[in-house]
Amino acid sequence: MMLEARDLSINFGGIRALDGVSFAMAPGEVFTIIGPNGAGKTTIFNLISRIYDPTQGRLIFRGQDITRVPPHEIARLGIARTFQNIELFAHASVLQNLLLGRHAHARGHFGEELLFLPRVRARELAHREAVEKVIDFLDLQAHRDSFVVNLPYGVRKVVEMARALCTEPTLLLLDEPSSGLSVEETEDMAFWIQDIRTLLGITVLMVEHDMSLVSAVSDRVLALDYGRVLTLGTPREVQEHPEVVKAYLGA
Amino acid sequence: MRFVFKTTYRQDLGLFRDGAQRNWYVVLGLAMLVVPVLVPSYLVDISLVFIYGLCGLSLMVLAGYTGLVSLGHAAFLGIGAYAHVYFVQDWGLPWVISVALAAAVSAGVGVLVGLPALRMTGVYLTIATLAFALIIQEVLTRWERVTHGLKGRPVDKPVIFGVSLAHDAAFYFLCLAALIGGLWLTANLLRSPTGRAWVAIRDSEIAAQSMGVNLARYKTLAFAYSAALMGVAGALFAHKVGFLAPDIFSVLLSIQFLLMVVVGGLGSLHGAVFGAAFVAMLPVLISEARDRVPAWAGQVIALAGKDAGHATFLGLDRFVKQPGLEPGLFGLILVLFILFEPLGVYGRWRKIQVYFSTFPLYKRATFRRQKTYMRSERLR
Repeated sequence: MMLEARDLSINFGGIRALDGVSFAMAPGEVFTIIGPNGAGKTTIFNLISRIYDPTQGRLIFRGQDITRVPPHEIARLGIARTFQNIELFAHASVLQNLLLGRHAHARGHFGEELLFLPRVRARELAHREAVEKVIDFLDLQAHRDSFVVNLPYGVRKVVEMARALCTEPTLLLLDEPSSGLSVEETEDMAFWIQDIRTLLGITVLMVEHDMSLVSAVSDRVLALDYGRVLTLGTPREVQEHPEVVKAYLGA
Repeated sequence: MRFVFKTTYRQDLGLFRDGAQRNWYVVLGLAMLVVPVLVPSYLVDISLVFIYGLCGLSLMVLAGYTGLVSLGHAAFLGIGAYAHVYFVQDWGLPWVISVALAAAVSAGVGVLVGLPALRMTGVYLTIATLAFALIIQEVLTRWERVTHGLKGRPVDKPVIFGVSLAHDAAFYFLCLAALIGGLWLTANLLRSPTGRAWVAIRDSEIAAQSMGVNLARYKTLAFAYSAALMGVAGALFAHKVGFLAPDIFSVLLSIQFLLMVVVGGLGSLHGAVFGAAFVAMLPVLISEARDRVPAWAGQVIALAGKDAGHATFLGLDRFVKQPGLEPGLFGLILVLFILFEPLGVYGRWRKIQVYFSTFPLYKRATFRRQKTYMRSERLR
């Protein structure tokens, strides 16, 4: 199993945001979480990124228990993520943003960096080459030196995904990859998600509202409501499930 | 318009954009060498610009790059100054070792201040550093065995490897070398993973953390490095003023340092140096103006009528001798900068550069920032 959640629960004060959620993802699959607003989708992401501590339950990533791993270690284990409201480093160039994505493989040489020894230069060149591969993969060549504050929203979305890919993850978490994108940009996003899975062999866990995108790329879909699992299955099964229809339409 | 052709990744790792820029810096360096011959009477003032440049660099790393605003940096300057003088004059340590130790002591205190700062953000951190500065000032006053308290302590001229640097020009070059060294080390860090981690923390802590940045480690590192630079500046500052007293390292000095990085331009090394030149030279300009402007103005008005000229002279003379003129001007300038040029002197400098390099096609919109309303909810 790539990632396994066992009986995951979390309370915020008196609110039970997640209530005994369990699922398991196979390597190489695209797994989507859907659900109405406030169902707890992003909370699952924040639990996997270790921003929140679960009240109960465990998270197992490739056989390792990550329930109590510090948040900055998650990237090195091979989990990268994007954010619903884009958390890029706005006053830095795209290139610097992507190079920061290499941080998990680039830390702890303060003394050498102070003097910028030849070793640091060699490492920087290696990082740059890794970043350039991602730039080619996602067609970001034209934006390499622009500052993020000057980029349109759609490009920022792609830059954020690129930054996540620069960490060389085995599991990629995409929080609403199509939100705020035009129809054409959403189409591109669908292609890229497929390419990330088939060409790079990365397992994808995403939260998404656009059902056409969900059906186009996902292998399995998990439907949540009020922190509980409604159903789990193929996109078609989940869309036709009476509980899911009820949760969305309130009938 | 000049084009920079990038053909290898190495070009992006250089300290300078291209050969032309490097040559300009060489010219600037040579100009600095002949300054002692050209303006010998201002050497001490220019040395202070270099020392303040180190201070600006220190606060730029913390406030401009890591986004942790400190209102207590004069305390680190004080710690560096007193530690250095204590090591040299009481322990008799060699000058270079003493400066290194002073930097280390200051860095150590920086780590101690940085630790509680890990749980504070924004204005709360600023208040905490302010409180820290007040505590340190009190310690400097009370710890008489080391600091000689309110009596103050005289500082000898620096002696490095047996060579006395009592002459103004020698001290000028010492400060210049320290500033260039500080700039080099800081530029090195900023083009390495450490510098990128700092910028990442400034722009989005949560994203930085998800990319593997250990927030505690890098914030502490920023505090320690910033305090170490301040410690070195403090050692030089002690020799510059020649007499240490606790009230030099007041909150007002901390505010001047903050003024320096804001006026210079947050988030650029150039800004730190521009800001230092501005803050160190403004008092000199004001005192020059005090001596000369009333007489000039009086003479000009006197061409129209002798009595009017005399009245102008007396009025102006009384105005410029107001005791609060300097802090008032500092405040006014800070307000004007925040209103009209938030990017500081360096921002204005960049605009002038772009104006000439794209002449006659310059458009003001190049630097106009779009407002974005994307960030709604943030995890803090």
